[in-house]
This record gives sequence, structure tokens and C-alpha cells, in this order.
Amino acid sequence: MTAGERLEFPPWLPTYEEPPPGHVSGSRLERVLRQGHFAVTAELNPPDSADPADVFEAARPLVGVADAMNATDASGANCHMSSIGICALLTRAGYGTIYQISCRDRNRIAIQGDVLGAAAMGVRNVLCLTGDGVGVGDQPGARPVFDFDSLSLLRTIRTMRDEGMFLSGRRITRPPRMFLGAAENPCIPPLDWRPERLAKKVEAGADFIQTNYIFDVPVFERFMARVRDLGLEGRVFILAGVGPIASAKAARWMRNNVPGIHIPDAVIERIEKAANPAEEGKRLCIELIQQIREIRGVAGVHVMAYRREHQVSEIIAESGVLQARVPERNRASSTADFR
Amino acid sequence: MYRARLFAVRHARAFEWLYARLETVIVALDPLFARIGYDRIERPVAAVERVTKGLLFDCRMCGQCILSSTGMSCPMNCPKQLRNGPCGGVRPGGYCEVKPEMRCVWVLAWEGAARMKDGGRINDVQPPVDRGLEGSSSWLRVSREKAARLRESSDARRTAIAHAFADARAHEPATAPLAPEPPSAVRSGGGR
Repeated sequence: MTAGERLEFPPWLPTYEEPPPGHVSGSRLERVLRQGHFAVTAELNPPDSADPADVFEAARPLVGVADAMNATDASGANCHMSSIGICALLTRAGYGTIYQISCRDRNRIAIQGDVLGAAAMGVRNVLCLTGDGVGVGDQPGARPVFDFDSLSLLRTIRTMRDEGMFLSGRRITRPPRMFLGAAENPCIPPLDWRPERLAKKVEAGADFIQTNYIFDVPVFERFMARVRDLGLEGRVFILAGVGPIASAKAARWMRNNVPGIHIPDAVIERIEKAANPAEEGKRLCIELIQQIREIRGVAGVHVMAYRREHQVSEIIAESGVLQARVPERNRASSTADFR
Repeated sequence: MYRARLFAVRHARAFEWLYARLETVIVALDPLFARIGYDRIERPVAAVERVTKGLLFDCRMCGQCILSSTGMSCPMNCPKQLRNGPCGGVRPGGYCEVKPEMRCVWVLAWEGAARMKDGGRINDVQPPVDRGLEGSSSWLRVSREKAARLRESSDARRTAIAHAFADARAHEPATAPLAPEPPSAVRSGGGR
């Protein structure tokens, strides 16, 4: 399509940009990581609303702090606004986003189509997840799909991006330029095999990893030592998951009700004994970030502050990990007449 | 049976040996199977497979068996049916997120693989299951695939999956089959 023809589609038809040399997507997150900066990503609390203003409201506490915001995909099997909708809105306004895909709710036909749709909307980062079982969510009677698992999903999107074809073998004329992410959970069983599974995810196509919450630094250090032994340093960017604990009660509830969360008793005790538990939870999070950033092979942090998003900018500022960097909104990619 | 399943994983090395012998025999029988016709023997063989593997491994007859790559722990018993597990929800002690009374199928798989000679196969990235092959004989599929030694299929869809998941196909050809399927091995119609 020529530039003139593009103008015939008001109000807004962006050009589909190819990534710069040495990049797979050209996303802000990819550029920051490849430049060797310590990256910050943060989880956005998705609204239960159809109003786009509520998306920007949810994003506000993370603006100027996160290199990319993760829009969760019905996390914990609870229904909220879709990740693709949130990412499309924020990306068009110039913010870095990470589109999360859970294998729980959609089959291979839906997912491959959505990846093209997201890429067309300008989304350049995707996080491939297995997803929690439907039983823990707000609609436990739903049919679990799990047509893909996170690894076959990674390999499929990599095939779409690098080979330019669907898993059916059919050609894609403009492949989706996605920076491919996966999750890992270093502190839960089987501890011995978690690093091997991370290696498998890199083999499947992962460019970056966001881990689940790390509250147990010694366990995470052992994990990272094994990751380095497996030769993964330099082959994948690892962002360690952190988050502030609101209270001892909240921590216990999370440990018992949210799948895959390990919080040592000592951590909960520290929060319990504190005069101001919420402040102590924030302090702990800052300390964790400072300890984690010293571990060789860690490329950044991923802050998950569910319902404590207001604390994220203070946590990042006080931890000092951004140094003088400010993840600005990209005004060039946003559009004035976007409605 | 859950206990038989745990037994199989504990003795993964012996089962690996047994399975390798079985595969040699089945592949050697390919000319005979082809003479009788794969289509005619599909249902009887699948019935035998269903009973024996059902007893030993709680086999769900996905038709694309990867037991030798998963420490003899059948991944179809995972409530999420992960082909590349475990997920991030494993409970303390290695129990399942969805069924807390059951040990995680994939924790068992990694334990079993550690006992096996070729346990490293668990590192292969497995493709998604072809739901159209459920209920068919995986043994016959292995026989066909190993005998035919194809690198491409007449069906572009199959070739694409085999190439995208080349590591899995190299060790477990039934996971990304290329040879034409006999009609009785493929589920048809709206039931898919």
C-alpha cells in the first residue's frame, strides 16, 4: 500500500515497522535489554470495565517506571478485560506493553489469529503462559482448553515470526515481529529441574523470562547458578519477579490460595512483627530487588503489585535500579487523533 | 491405576529397555503389517494397546505416545494435559495444582527420566497433540513412521509441524507423523 492510499483510511493507519538489525521485534523492552540496561516491567491490574479511560487509569501508576507493562490474561482464571484489548490501547498511546497469552482459554486457531491481530495493533512483546487451572477462578465450570502448553506455544509463535508461517504450513505475508517471553517459577518443586525447563523454554523460542515471585533469595541464587552452568547466560534475558506484601494475612492467603507461590515463614514473620506491615512489605520488596540485581545473569525485575500499584514507583525509585533512566512514553508511535 | 503408574516411573529404566525391544519388534513387523493392511489391523492392535497401557500407565490413547521421553509417566494424566511440563503451580512435595492428592505427572516424569539411559529426551520440545488421532494405535504409527523414513508429507500441515518440532520428531516420530494414516486411525466428523 502506498503512503497516499494509507491516508484514505482515517483516522489512523500505522506503518508496520520492521525491527532494527540485531533485534527480533524492536520493542522498547528488547532495545533496553540489548543495550545492557537493567529493565523494569510491571503488572497492570486489568479493569472490569469497557471504558478505555479505566485502562489508562490502571496504567497511570506504572507510567515512567516500567519499560513495559504486562496485561494479564485472566490471571488466576478470573475474568477481566482481555490482554489484547489493553495492549492495543496502551501501545497506540505509545506505552510499552507485554501481551500475555494463557493456554487455558483458547485453542491453536484462536491464539495464532490473535498473535497476528496483536502485532497489527503494534504490540511487540508477548508472554507465553500455561495458565492456572479453571478451578481456582471465578467460573470454575468453564471448559479448560490447554490445546497448547507454554512451550508448544513459544515454538509456534517463533515459527510464525521466523519462518513466516502458521503451524498449518500456510504462509504469512507479514510475520508478527514479537519479542518472545516465557515464565518460570524458580522457587517451587521440582527445584532441581526448574533450570532445565528454563533451558527447554529457550530452546522452544523464549527471548526473555519473567519469573514468578521471588521471596527466597538463596533458592533463587542456586537456580541462577545452575542456569549459568547450563550456558544460558547471554542467550536469554531473565527478569526476576518481585512484589510488595500488604500484610502477613495477605501473604498467608496468597501462599494457600494462589497456585505456585512460595513465601518462607521467616518473611511472613518479619511482616507480622512490623509496626507498619504495609511499609515493611515495601521495604522488603526494595531489599529483594537490591539483592537480586547483584546476582549474575539477572537482566531486570518484574514487579507484580496487585492492588498495590501505587507503591511501584516508590519501590523502583528507592531501589535505584533505573539509575537516571526514565522509561518515557514513545510519542512518535502514538497518534494525536487517536480516539 | 495410580499405583501401577508410580511403579512404572520407579522402574523407568526397565520399562525403557522393554519399550526399546518392543519397538524393534514392531518396526521389523512393518512388511507384515503392510501386507495385511494397516487399516485392517488398526482396531485390534489399538484395543490391545488400550488395555495393556491403560493398566500400566493410565494411558489415555492420545495416539502419539511419548512415554519414552517422559520418564514413563503419561503426560495425558496431567489435568492440563501438558506435553512439556511441569507448570508453575506444583504444590510442596511435588503434588498437582489441580488434583492435590495426586503427585504431579511431570515431577514424576523428570524423576523417571533421571533413571533412564536416554532420559535426556525429556528436553525435546513436544508439539501439541493432534486431536484427530486420539484413540488410534501409537505402536502402529511408530512402525509406519520408522519404516517409511519420510522427511516430508503429502500433507503440508504435517510437514510444517514435523519441521517446527524436529527434535521431538527425531526421537518420537508418532508425535509429528508424516506417513499417510489408514482411515480407521483417524477420527472424523464433528466429534473433534
